Amino acid sequence: MKNLNIKKIQNKSQFLNLEINKVIVYSDLIFSLFYYKQHIGTQCNLLSCISGVDFLGKTYRFSIVYHLLSLKFNKRLKLKVFVNEITSVESCTQVYENANWWEREIWDMYGIYFIKHPDLRRILTDYGFEGHPLRKDFPLSGFLELRFDNIQKSVVIQPIELSQEYRSFQYEMPWV
Amino acid sequence: MYLKKQNIATEIKNFTINFGPQHPAAHGVLRLILELKGEVIERADPHIGLLHRGTEKLIENKSYIQALPYFDRLDYVSMMSQEHTYSLAIERLANITVPVRARCIRVIFLEITRILNHLLAVGCHAMDVGAMTPFLWAFEEREKLMEFYERVSGARMHAAFIRPGGVSADLPLGFLDDLYLFIDQFNLRLDEIDEVLTENRIWKERLVNIGTVTAKDAIRWGFSGVMLRGSGICYDIRKFEPYENYSDIDFSIPVGIHGDCYDRYLLRVAEMRESLKIIEQVIGFITPGLIKTENIKQTSPSRSDVKNSMEGLIHHFKLFTEGVVVPTGEVYTVTEAPKGEFGVYLISDGSNKPYRCKIKAPGFAHLQALNFMSKGLMIADIVTIIGTLDIVFGEVDR
Repeated sequence: MKNLNIKKIQNKSQFLNLEINKVIVYSDLIFSLFYYKQHIGTQCNLLSCISGVDFLGKTYRFSIVYHLLSLKFNKRLKLKVFVNEITSVESCTQVYENANWWEREIWDMYGIYFIKHPDLRRILTDYGFEGHPLRKDFPLSGFLELRFDNIQKSVVIQPIELSQEYRSFQYEMPWV
Repeated sequence: MYLKKQNIATEIKNFTINFGPQHPAAHGVLRLILELKGEVIERADPHIGLLHRGTEKLIENKSYIQALPYFDRLDYVSMMSQEHTYSLAIERLANITVPVRARCIRVIFLEITRILNHLLAVGCHAMDVGAMTPFLWAFEEREKLMEFYERVSGARMHAAFIRPGGVSADLPLGFLDDLYLFIDQFNLRLDEIDEVLTENRIWKERLVNIGTVTAKDAIRWGFSGVMLRGSGICYDIRKFEPYENYSDIDFSIPVGIHGDCYDRYLLRVAEMRESLKIIEQVIGFITPGLIKTENIKQTSPSRSDVKNSMEGLIHHFKLFTEGVVVPTGEVYTVTEAPKGEFGVYLISDGSNKPYRCKIKAPGFAHLQALNFMSKGLMIADIVTIIGTLDIVFGEVDR
């Protein structure tokens, strides 16, 4: 591991709703996770979850949030990394073994590539699926539909045909 | 001319078998690719996503109350615990205070949900391993509990009952008396199931020392709930990060020693008994009162208000069209769901729809460790391990 230079960790933390959030640069990610796991003052030994968020419109569009739990101090910590579509983040399976499937899910749903991941493939979507569903520019109804064709007597995949497009009601009143 | 022995290259490949999506012991839709060496498993690769319904994407397009029934359907054997986590997340973001009676009712139903879940877990686990009768006994008890769900909300399973602000309806008359009668006889039912399984030689042989997880490994793989406590780590969110009334209730947490399947089975039975104690205590101190918050900007007003006052009518209309407007912010709420730590990471952008709702399901983290837990074991042991992990595909795949 690199020399533990504490000043390297960007100290942008937020205390919001009784939760501690820290924003870190994606190049410092593995180092920060390792630091929070091993340092005697934090000892965050359990990785609860890794979430992905899409802020469409921002330059650094995606946010990856690492939810850590310290069993010793009974405290939770959230580390956030902001990346765009073309940045690839280093996988943290070496630090936390259970990050494996969480990162596969973020790859599948958002398209963020994880370098040095042992086995990065799709996990929740169908076997030949194209696209990254949870991105905000991916429509709710998707692009393809599956149906059983009685003539060919098999399941066929076709572009979607909706008789009525999805109506999104705007309930917010401007005068509220 | 004959082939010399060294000319023949013998290549040994592992036998790959598909423990398919349709399998009575696969607990839902689990596709396991097993690489076997004889009967012994070298590698187990679970393929999930066969029940992926796009819950998170759908929630982003619906208002907060419209998104509530999705949570029932995530872990479809313990319904109210997920609704509860989501309601807690909204309450933390929007600063909604829940009255005392609503909290007591929620605790009663959460513990009923815990019993429901563990009955299915133990019953189906026993059935997969081979014992058919405890499964049927457990399901009879589940029917009695689902009758309680139905009396209060109208639906046996997916009761959209726990809502942000409190609960949707008050307990009907006579409910607590019947609940007390149920608790009285449930200990005997648990004793019956205990008697068949716990000291049974065959059950012990199938479960002891199978799927052993040390404490260090449990933390490494991100376990939570019964899986973590089975390995000796004493961590229960109800005690360590209390929510609702749990800090006022006296209950103990059973913790295992060896970390094998047998310990986890004993833990689940012990937790059911603890849940009974909790329900009994809450029935003792529940008092009449409001069942949802009084602030009608956050929950719908009572029916008489809606029909008689103008404000009530307007607020009812606004709440059921636009919905609750939650201030900007984010929160990660965890509760001790029967399966483990169920988390909801809710990000709000100040509108009436959630911007992002990430659901952290305990089954997802537990199923990851299947490969690790089943190294060197045989196919029949995989069935035992899937049963002890208490996997329900609704929450794993979402």
